[in-house]
Amino acid sequence: MAKILVFLEHHGMELQKGALGVLSKAAQLGGDIAGVVVGKGARAVADEAGKFGASVVFAADDPRLAAPLPQPRVDVLAKLVRDEGFETVLFAQSVLAADVAGALSARLEAGLNWDLVDIVADGDGFIGKRPALADSVYADVCWTSTPRLALFRSGSFDANATGGSAEVRGLEVELEDFSTLTELVSQEEEEESTGPSIEDADVIVAGGRGLGDPEKFALVEDLARALGGAVGATRAVVDAGWYPYASQVGQTGKSVSPKLYVAVGISGAIQHKVGMQSSNVIVSINKDPNAPIFEYSDLGVVGDLHEIVPKLTELVRSRKGS
Amino acid sequence: MKIAVCVKAVPDAATGRRLDPATKHLDRSADLTLSDFDSHAVEEALKLKEAAGDGEVVIVSMGPEKAMDALRKALAMGADRAVLVSDEALAGSDLVGTAKALAGALGREEADLVLFGQQSADGDGACLWAAVAEHLRRPTISQAAELTVEDGSVTGKRQTEFGYDTIRAPLPAVVAVSDAINEPRYPSLKGIMGAKRKPQETLSAADVGGAADAATTVLALNPPPARGDSRRVEDDGHGAQAILEFLAEKRLV
Repeated sequence: MAKILVFLEHHGMELQKGALGVLSKAAQLGGDIAGVVVGKGARAVADEAGKFGASVVFAADDPRLAAPLPQPRVDVLAKLVRDEGFETVLFAQSVLAADVAGALSARLEAGLNWDLVDIVADGDGFIGKRPALADSVYADVCWTSTPRLALFRSGSFDANATGGSAEVRGLEVELEDFSTLTELVSQEEEEESTGPSIEDADVIVAGGRGLGDPEKFALVEDLARALGGAVGATRAVVDAGWYPYASQVGQTGKSVSPKLYVAVGISGAIQHKVGMQSSNVIVSINKDPNAPIFEYSDLGVVGDLHEIVPKLTELVRSRKGS
Repeated sequence: MKIAVCVKAVPDAATGRRLDPATKHLDRSADLTLSDFDSHAVEEALKLKEAAGDGEVVIVSMGPEKAMDALRKALAMGADRAVLVSDEALAGSDLVGTAKALAGALGREEADLVLFGQQSADGDGACLWAAVAEHLRRPTISQAAELTVEDGSVTGKRQTEFGYDTIRAPLPAVVAVSDAINEPRYPSLKGIMGAKRKPQETLSAADVGGAADAATTVLALNPPPARGDSRRVEDDGHGAQAILEFLAEKRLV
């Protein structure tokens, strides 16, 4: 049976939803599924992973691992993969996870396939599904040796709590000399936003230039709140300073695949399309009937967003209230 | 200060990027251009050199021979010389092989700072620097949107999913910069003319101690999954209602 290890990133005292989604997927693939949590509070959050399908969770809790920096984590994972003989290591996309996966690939001479949206069993191995070239092609990719490393696009899998519990095992930490040279000088938390981050959200309502001015983002925020979702933005409005970069969806921002993506006043340039077209359901509102976004929307409404969005927000609220 | 900038020569997005159905790799037979993401790294290197008052900016890349044409744009921007690892023996390398070959080329340079762009423009990869830093056994910072170098260390500020991190590493270090860090300069006519005369070196696989190495492969290329029916309605005052009904049908509200 496949021996799979899932990198479980945590922030504060919470395992990240993206990582739990990948863990849920791994559990569906079958075999021995283990997780690894690295950093401050690792032991305390580790057993939560049992509910999502891990039978064993390795926890490395050490003061030298407190900062969210990749290189000490590579030391922990490399040793764990070698000691336990894991054949496959899965990661959910994040700034930290990409760096860990890239360096681990070099350390273990292990193949890394990134930006995957799915993985399926294939004999003793796996096939990954990877959208390429602005998602115009879906490549079937695989690994020619073990360990295999895979990095999944945000939102590829749902985190399904199915019950179960995990045995938590502590890890001894041995760090390379160069792994501890980088230091975190300071960390500013993003001010507590009104909802989930776009990586974590099942619903994203995103605004573009069609809003007209930055204040109109309130319409997008209201609808996002009513739907219990996060707010996204196009590169154009982020560049214009209307909304923070953390919300940017697209080629130079984040790739997301929520259950529902509502595009408000977004024309749908290819750079934006790349970041959101793997969403399950796409609804768009735009006054330009020729906007490219309509070509890949499940439902497109041609009209004035300033009329439609507030009405929709009201309708959603009253439906939820009833 | 000596700065090495790792760049990739990519097929021009405007003239179309395609995958070769035979090799299932990116078709790099057309003209190649300097990746936009990497031009931000070149710009940052030039700014750091200018601020320091002296130093050298070396462009390091791996690719087919004609990739040198694309590297010349970086020279035209102001970089001092270019090193291209180009060898048929390295064709087909994935992250594992590319990181080793680049680390081999960088090992010959012993730069104080190695810069990367935030992602590849054609392969969407965003982790090569981490693999290269691992081979070089150097500290690394990624996605830096601000960069300062002083007193033998480099400090980068970056945005993550949770907020802003400020990270410091002693030199020599490997740093990937985000495209929010600067606006790359346009090469001047003088720069373009001068670029041709700047040193341009090609290295073989043997020079960098590498051979083609890949631990991943592409099995098949498929069309993207169909989106299903696309519905379009004109808002006649009932647009919001139509959306709500659609969401209800899909069990999204």
